[in-house]
Amino acid sequence: MNRTLLPLLIAMAVALVSCKKSESGSGDQAAANEKTPLKEKGAAESEVVEHYTKLVSAIYLDAFAHAKTMQGAVNAFLAEPTAELMQKARDSWTAARLPYLQTEVFRFYEGPIDDEDGPEGLLNAWPMDEAYIDYVEGSASSGLVNNVTEFPKIDAALIESLNEKDGEANISCGYHAIEFLLWGQDLSAEGPGNRAHTDYTTADNASRRSDYLRAVTNLVVEKLEGLVAEWLPGNDNYRAEFLKLPSSKALEKIMTGMSMLSGFEMAAERLNVAYDTKAQEDEHSCFSDTTHNDMVYDLTGIHNVWTGSYGDLSGPGLQVIAQGLKPELAGQLGSKIEESVAAAKAIPVPFDQAILGEDTAPGRMAILHTIETLEDQAELLVALAKEMGFGVPISEEEE
Amino acid sequence: MRYARWSSFYALTWLVTASIAWSDDRLSGGETTVFVTNDKAFARPLANISRLTRRQHTVGNSFFNQNWVASPASTTSRDGLGHLFNARSCSACHVRDGRAEPPGKGEIALGLVMRISLPGRLATGGPVPDPSYGLQVSERALPGLKAEGHVRVSYEEVDGTYPDGERFSLRRPTYKIVDLGAGPLSSKTRFSPRVAPAVHGLGLLAAVEDDTLRALEDPSDRDGDGISGKLNMVWDYEGQRLVPGRFGWKANQPSLRQQTAGAFVGDLGITSPLFPKENHTASYAELHNFGEQSEDQNPELSAKILQRVTAYLETLAPPARRDVDDPVERQGQSLFARMNCASCHTPELRTGNDYPLAELRSQTIRPYTDLLLHDMGEGLADGREDFEANGQEWRTPPLWGVGLQERVNGHTMLLHDGRARDLTEAILWHGGEAEKSRELFLNSTSKERSALLSFLRSL
Repeated sequence: MNRTLLPLLIAMAVALVSCKKSESGSGDQAAANEKTPLKEKGAAESEVVEHYTKLVSAIYLDAFAHAKTMQGAVNAFLAEPTAELMQKARDSWTAARLPYLQTEVFRFYEGPIDDEDGPEGLLNAWPMDEAYIDYVEGSASSGLVNNVTEFPKIDAALIESLNEKDGEANISCGYHAIEFLLWGQDLSAEGPGNRAHTDYTTADNASRRSDYLRAVTNLVVEKLEGLVAEWLPGNDNYRAEFLKLPSSKALEKIMTGMSMLSGFEMAAERLNVAYDTKAQEDEHSCFSDTTHNDMVYDLTGIHNVWTGSYGDLSGPGLQVIAQGLKPELAGQLGSKIEESVAAAKAIPVPFDQAILGEDTAPGRMAILHTIETLEDQAELLVALAKEMGFGVPISEEEE
Repeated sequence: MRYARWSSFYALTWLVTASIAWSDDRLSGGETTVFVTNDKAFARPLANISRLTRRQHTVGNSFFNQNWVASPASTTSRDGLGHLFNARSCSACHVRDGRAEPPGKGEIALGLVMRISLPGRLATGGPVPDPSYGLQVSERALPGLKAEGHVRVSYEEVDGTYPDGERFSLRRPTYKIVDLGAGPLSSKTRFSPRVAPAVHGLGLLAAVEDDTLRALEDPSDRDGDGISGKLNMVWDYEGQRLVPGRFGWKANQPSLRQQTAGAFVGDLGITSPLFPKENHTASYAELHNFGEQSEDQNPELSAKILQRVTAYLETLAPPARRDVDDPVERQGQSLFARMNCASCHTPELRTGNDYPLAELRSQTIRPYTDLLLHDMGEGLADGREDFEANGQEWRTPPLWGVGLQERVNGHTMLLHDGRARDLTEAILWHGGEAEKSRELFLNSTSKERSALLSFLRSL
C-alpha cells in the first residue's frame, strides 16, 4: 500500500463508518442468510473469505474511529482536568471497547493483530499488575508514574519498551492501562474504581500521570491505525495476502480465531479463572466494572463472523459453508453461537460480584452455564473444521 | 487347525496394530502428545485432556504466568511475594514453560538459583542450611530490604580437539557471590547453581511407577556396563517419610505438588499449606528488620491454588518428535543407542495404570530419561550433597523437546547451570558413568556426530 495515501484512505473510511449508525450489534442477517441458495462449493468458499475481509476491515475501522474519539476526550480532560471531563473520557473508553472487543475473533491465527510483531500485547494485554503503572492502595510510590529516578521522562517509546518486561503481568500499555488511569483500583463492591480527577491536578506526580495517560492513549490509536492499514483494500498488505491463500487455508484461520476465542480465551482464561478463584483481579475489565461488555461483545464478534453481519454490513458468513456441508451441524453451531451470546448477557452485572458466593448463586450458575456453552461451541467448531478438512485448536497455541 | 490359523491371524493383526501404536516415535507422550513446533511447543495441555482437567489447567496457567506482589496489596489472591525472592512469577524463569539461561555479565540472575548448604545431612536426609542464608541465595528483596546476594559467573574457555582434528571449546564456569547481605559465607559452604528447567511432560514423569524406576536401578553395577543409576530417596513433607525422588536436577523432590510448593516458597517467598514458613532465616530477618512475621496468617498460597498450579504442570504435554523417517535421524537414533546414551536417557517408559489423573494412565512415553542419579564425573560436579545424591551425581534430564528449546526460548544453553552452549558441548561435558559414551562420541566421524545431533534436534 502506498504509505502516503494511507492517512487519506483511513480518514475517508473513518468518515464513512462514522456516518452510519455504529451501534455495534450483530444484526439480524442470520435468518436472511439461511435462505441464501447454495452456490457451487468453491465459489461459496471464496465469497465467504472475501466477505470476511470486508467484515474485519469494517470492525477495525470502527474500533479505530472510536479510539480517535476516546483520544479526543482524553486530551480534553487533560487540558482541563475536571471530574466531569474525566467521566466523559471514561465513557469514551467504554464506547471504544465495544468495537474493539468484536475484533478479538481476528486473533489467534498470526494475522496482523498477533503475528510475530503484532500489537495485541500492546493493546489488550491482561491481567495486569496495576502497581507496575501507578500507585495502589498500600503502596503510594509504586509504578512507573512515580518512579522519577529511573524514568525521568515518560513517553510512548518508554511505555512501549516496558510492556511485559520481566514478567507477563508487567503491562504498561493498552486499553486496560488507560482504564486503570481513568478509574483507578476498584475497591468497592457496588461500583467501579473511583480515581479522583485531582490525580491529574494536585496529586503527586500529576503531570507525569497526565503524560502517561496521553502517551498510552496515543499508542492505542497508533496501533489500531496500523491494523486498519493491514485490512483495507489494497495491494500490499495482509488483506491482499489473505485473499491469495487457498480458501481452505483462509477458512482454517477464520475458524481458529473462533475456536480459540470460544474455548481458550473466553471459556477458560476470562470466565473459568475468575469463576474458580472468585477473585476480582481475575476479571477482564476490573477497574471500570465493564467485564460484562467484554463477554458479550467478544462473543458477538464470533456471531458476526458466523452470520457475516456487522452494523449495516451484511454478506455471506461462515454459516453459508457450514449449511452446505453439514446442515445439522450448522444448525447446532448456529444455535450454540446465539445461545452463548445470550448466556453472556444473562450474567448479572457487575461481574466481580457475580463470581462470588455458593455455586448455586444465580451469578455463578450463569457464569458456569456460559463456560459450558462455550466449551460446547468450541467442540462444535472443531467438528465443523474436521468436516472441512482441517483442524483448529481450542487451547493456547499461538500468541 | 482352523482355530490355530485364526488365532495366529489375530496375533498377527494384534502385533501389526501394536507395533504401529508402539513404534510411532513421534508420540513422545503417547495419547497426550501435541503436534506443535512454534514457541508455544511446551505450553500446550495434554492432547487428551478432559474438560474438567482443562479448567484446572487454565487456572493454574494464570497463576503460573502472573506476577506476585508484596503483601498487603489490593490484590487478594496474588500477594505475598518475598520478603526475599528470586523471581516475581514462575514464568519469569520458566519462560513459555521452557528453560532459563545463566545470567550475562553484570546481570542479576533470573532463571539460575544458587543452592547453598553446609557439609553433612539433616535428620530428614536433606542438606544443612547456612545459618544466615538458608539453602538458596535470594537475588531479590522487597523495596527497602536487602537481597541476600548476587551470583556472578565467569567462564574460562577450555579448548579441545576431536581425534579427527576438528576443534571444540567448552566454557568452564566459576561462581562467586557478591553483595552478601549478612557477611561472608563459611569456607565450608557448598554451592550448586541450577537453571530453571523446562516443565512440559512432568505429569507423565510423575505417572511412571516407582517400581518401573527401581527396575532400572543398578547401584552396584551388577551388569558391569559401567553405568549404575540409583533412585534418590528424599523427604516427603506431607507423609513425613523418605520416598523416591524424581523431580529437579538432583531428583530431590518426590512429587509435583512438593516441587511446586517448594519453588513457591524458595523462589518467590510465598508460603503454602506445605511450607508455611518464609524462606529467610530468623537471623537474616532480624539483621535487616523484616519485622514480626505474624503467627496467625494464612499461607499466602491457598491449598486450592497450589493444586491448580500443580495440575497445570501435571498437564503440560510433551511435543511430538519431528522428522522421524529422515534417514540421517534414523542413523543418529541408532548411534544414540550404540554410544550407550540410551542407557541413562531411557528412550521409552510406561506410565502406571492407576495414576490419579486418567489422561496420564497407561501411556507409552519417550522422555529419554530414567529419572535416576548417575555419577557424571568431576567436570560437572558441584560437590554438594542433596539427600542420596553426592556431589558428582545428577539426575538424567529428559530430552523430549530439547530440539524445540531454541524455538521456545531463543537459546540452546544446556546442563544444570547452562554452561553448555549447545548440544555438542553438553555431550562433551559428560563424564563419570558417561565417560565411555563421551569417548565414543569423540571418536566417531564428523558425519556420525552430526547425525546424532540431528536426532537430538528432532526430539
